[in-house]
Amino acid sequence: MQRINAVNDFVIKFANVNGTGSASANNLFAKAVFRMGVPVVPKNIFPSNIQGLPTWYEVRVSEKGYLGRRGGTDIMVSVNPQSMVRDAQEVEPGGYFIYDSTKPLDPRLLRSDVQFIGIPLTDMCLRTYTDPRQRQLFKNVIYIGALAALLDIEFGVLKDLISDQFEGKEKLIAPNVHALEMGHQYARTHYECPLSIRVERRDLVGDAILLDGNTACGLGAVYGGATVAAWYPITPSTSVVEGFQRFAERLRIDPGTGRRNYAIVQAEDELAAIGMVIGANWNGARSFTATSGPGISLMTEFLGLAYFAEIPLVLIDVQRAGPSTGMPTRTQQSDLTAAGYAGHGDSKHVLLFPSTPKECFDMTAQAFDLAERLQTPIIIMSDLDLGMNEGMSAPLQWDDARRYDRGKVLSAEDLDAMSERFGRYLDVDGDAIPYRTYPGTHPTKGSFFTRGTSRDEYAIYTEDGAAYVRNMERLLGKWDTAKTFVPAPELHSAPHQTNTGLLYFGTTTQATMEALDLLAEQGIYVDAMQVRAFPFHADVDKFIESHDRVFVIEQNRDAQFRSMIINEMDCSPAKLVRVLNYDGMPITARLIASAVSAQSAAGAAAKDTSPVAKATKVTHLHKGKVERG
Amino acid sequence: MSYFRPGFRHPELPKNDLGYTKQQYEGAISTLCAGCGHDSISAAIVQSVFELSIAPHQVAKLSGIGCSSKTPTYFLSNSHGFNSVHGRMPSVATGANLANRDMIYIGVSGDGDSASIGMGQFAHVVRRNLNMMYVVMNNGCYGLTKGQDSATADVGSRSKAGSVNRFEPIDLASVALQLGATFVARSFSGDKEQLVPLIKAALSHSGFALIDVVSPCVTFNNNPGSTKAYDYVRQHMQTTSLVDFVPMAEEITTAYGEGESRGVTMHDGSVIQLHKLRTEWNPEDRQSALNALAESRERGEVLTGLLYVERDSRELHETINSTRTPLRTLTEKELCPGSSALETINNSLR
Ligand SMILES: Cc1ncc(C[n+]2csc(CCOP(=O)(O)OP(=O)(O)O)c2C)c(N)n1
Ligand code: SF4
Ligand SMILES: [Mg+2]
Repeated sequence: MQRINAVNDFVIKFANVNGTGSASANNLFAKAVFRMGVPVVPKNIFPSNIQGLPTWYEVRVSEKGYLGRRGGTDIMVSVNPQSMVRDAQEVEPGGYFIYDSTKPLDPRLLRSDVQFIGIPLTDMCLRTYTDPRQRQLFKNVIYIGALAALLDIEFGVLKDLISDQFEGKEKLIAPNVHALEMGHQYARTHYECPLSIRVERRDLVGDAILLDGNTACGLGAVYGGATVAAWYPITPSTSVVEGFQRFAERLRIDPGTGRRNYAIVQAEDELAAIGMVIGANWNGARSFTATSGPGISLMTEFLGLAYFAEIPLVLIDVQRAGPSTGMPTRTQQSDLTAAGYAGHGDSKHVLLFPSTPKECFDMTAQAFDLAERLQTPIIIMSDLDLGMNEGMSAPLQWDDARRYDRGKVLSAEDLDAMSERFGRYLDVDGDAIPYRTYPGTHPTKGSFFTRGTSRDEYAIYTEDGAAYVRNMERLLGKWDTAKTFVPAPELHSAPHQTNTGLLYFGTTTQATMEALDLLAEQGIYVDAMQVRAFPFHADVDKFIESHDRVFVIEQNRDAQFRSMIINEMDCSPAKLVRVLNYDGMPITARLIASAVSAQSAAGAAAKDTSPVAKATKVTHLHKGKVERG
Repeated sequence: MSYFRPGFRHPELPKNDLGYTKQQYEGAISTLCAGCGHDSISAAIVQSVFELSIAPHQVAKLSGIGCSSKTPTYFLSNSHGFNSVHGRMPSVATGANLANRDMIYIGVSGDGDSASIGMGQFAHVVRRNLNMMYVVMNNGCYGLTKGQDSATADVGSRSKAGSVNRFEPIDLASVALQLGATFVARSFSGDKEQLVPLIKAALSHSGFALIDVVSPCVTFNNNPGSTKAYDYVRQHMQTTSLVDFVPMAEEITTAYGEGESRGVTMHDGSVIQLHKLRTEWNPEDRQSALNALAESRERGEVLTGLLYVERDSRELHETINSTRTPLRTLTEKELCPGSSALETINNSLR
């Protein structure tokens, strides 16, 4: 049998049952590889269920530091009889299938091109532990111990991780280490270790951290000065506010009184959540909420109000597969148009597209400045993949000299010094951003009435068409101003002149970066641009203009991002080629590369002298769709 | 269209303790129908805030959508106002209050705004005991959309268009009591004598204070057969007691005999004086208020006055233990943990 030979370059997948404590054990595995200096990409693939359904945890180990999903499984750790048939089929030829051999394996599962490694996990637990919960929990730890032997993971690293994990609960360290040892021992005595796939210590992760995007957003809100959070629980956004709360409980307690320098309200629904956020921002506090698609639908009326009445707010949308309840525990980038154009009438909103946990932190903190500067909602378009999976990320940074930009707010002194009448919606500076006052600023000056109905420059209700149009035009002007404030796109130029470009954003970034390498291996060179915000920066315009063909890579069915480009810019739709992935699993480099190379065979992309190579395995093309614009 | 009152002021107009005249608490000229009950409530709010010597900018006024929700434009023009979306004023008020606990919040809503589209938010703002006065201008119909029955219309009540309501009414006062409201009153827009002291008491209450004010819609629901018409309410109005509000530091001078009166001292030291108390009713007993409401409803009466008050009510900020300093005034110093804390966090993630 031909075996896969790989050092630090493989995908291992754990098939577990939801609610059995496997998550923390699997996380131990990912962290051990990470601590050995080798880049890891963990992904949790979980059901919408609390206990009993199949769940998978996939770890890509990538010496080259690719952070997207690769696709395919080289090693399957099968601890769930329910999904065994499917799991066994999924292993790449030459790979390994590690299973609980307490019961004999169904011979129908056997494959001649895969090596089967049995470890009697249940049996070992039954013999060692009496408590049923322990039997279940330690089963997970035992297979991690066995993997350490099979894949050559340093046992000391695992032991250190266990001590870190149970800091303060030292009693638990010894039994966990014992379980690790049992598995380790078993693998060493029964199998030749290591396997042909293994881990080797490197120094490739530098000062990187492992963090999930939702926690990073929550922490970004603490650093960004949010004081009021209102939310309604929904997967996959729940851990944003939970993260905010966890850090705030530690970092935001008034030392003198023990009281909280923040307020969190679990609202009755998303309408109330965003209503509270609007009220708080209107009254001068930095306030945010987090939700997912169904919540965005409910918040739509209020988003229109905030746009029209010009009230700052920060909303974090952790997208999941829609429409409706869709696949609540699977990822997508499919709320783009719903969020970007939320609200009846002509309304549009600033969107930010983070692609890493660090960007989640940075953009959340920045969003509060942008919201107050632009006096409008700022929506952070994260997704389940980024939000709920721990990802390798550059460390978080904060400049202590940084001050919050509270935007154009008049104080009582400002009002007293003014000779002219205060006009809440008056464009004084020519940037279409008016001045506001907080309620309670001055006994007789600067008060105004906030409303969703049409008003003149002085916030006085009016149904005068001309005044309405002036206001709507100013809002468009503000949209242009926003383009100069939002994060600029990032260009990756090909080493060769090319007339083909790739546009991507958010979580398609990692896979696209890897796809560029795959394409280069085939001699296909393309320019690439990571878009980081809507409205689109002028550079996005130029990028499209300067290429004959632009692949737009996104994770939804209807090419929503492409629609927004067509909607906002003067460019020919014909040159925008859709590259779509929307099966709920994160997009892979393989999919992107094969989509681009299939089109490039038709001849548009720059190539060096060699013809298009057949290097890329097109194994996952079925998950996506490629079409000509 | 916008209306302003003329700027001319008589120099000798009476001033309150802060030196403001009553006119400084007024708003733009109302655009509601002449005789609309809502305008009388606006006037009662102006009078109450003036007499209580609250600085106008210390108040924030919020509303939903409806004729009733327009009224904040017509009172306290030196206060910031927020006309939000239909039925969602409670959430906006909650956020505003969380941002700055030092201001006084007046919420105005209609029976459609609170008892239909906003029923959910109404229920939840009550149970959170948000520190605000919540006024429902209750006309039993949707004024702004031209007179459809609302959820507070009584069974058998006939609107001007002639339709007879067949659905059970929602009594917001009873609902609020059941949800744990800490101050509940009912009044009538045509009875300023009663309404003003109730508004003052509500503004002095620490926690959620509901005043359900029957406020006839002269255009769509003031006809014979309507139980929200001026005539009907005048004929069927009963009171729990006569209410007198005595602000803190003022002496109580009661004209009633011993035993006939009862004083409820509020957390700020002011006193609600109740005279000629209805028998079997105790202003500090939730159940007796619910019973009194149910009994008067059976008799087709409109029970008004203070219904219930809880003196040591715990408002939302106390429940969630937020700092006494208004959150919106905190700066980087209190809010941003800085780079060294972040480095510790980074280290824990490796
Ligand atoms: C979402 C939404 N649906 C419907 C309306 C239309 N609408 C405006 S006011 C109103 C009813 C108002 O009734 P009420 O709150 O009792 O106020 P009133 O006019 O009687 O004082 C309705 C249905 C709206 N503004 N928004
Ligand atoms: S329609 Fe009815 S509620 Fe509206 S302003 Fe006229 S009288 Fe008042
Ligand atoms: Mg009404």
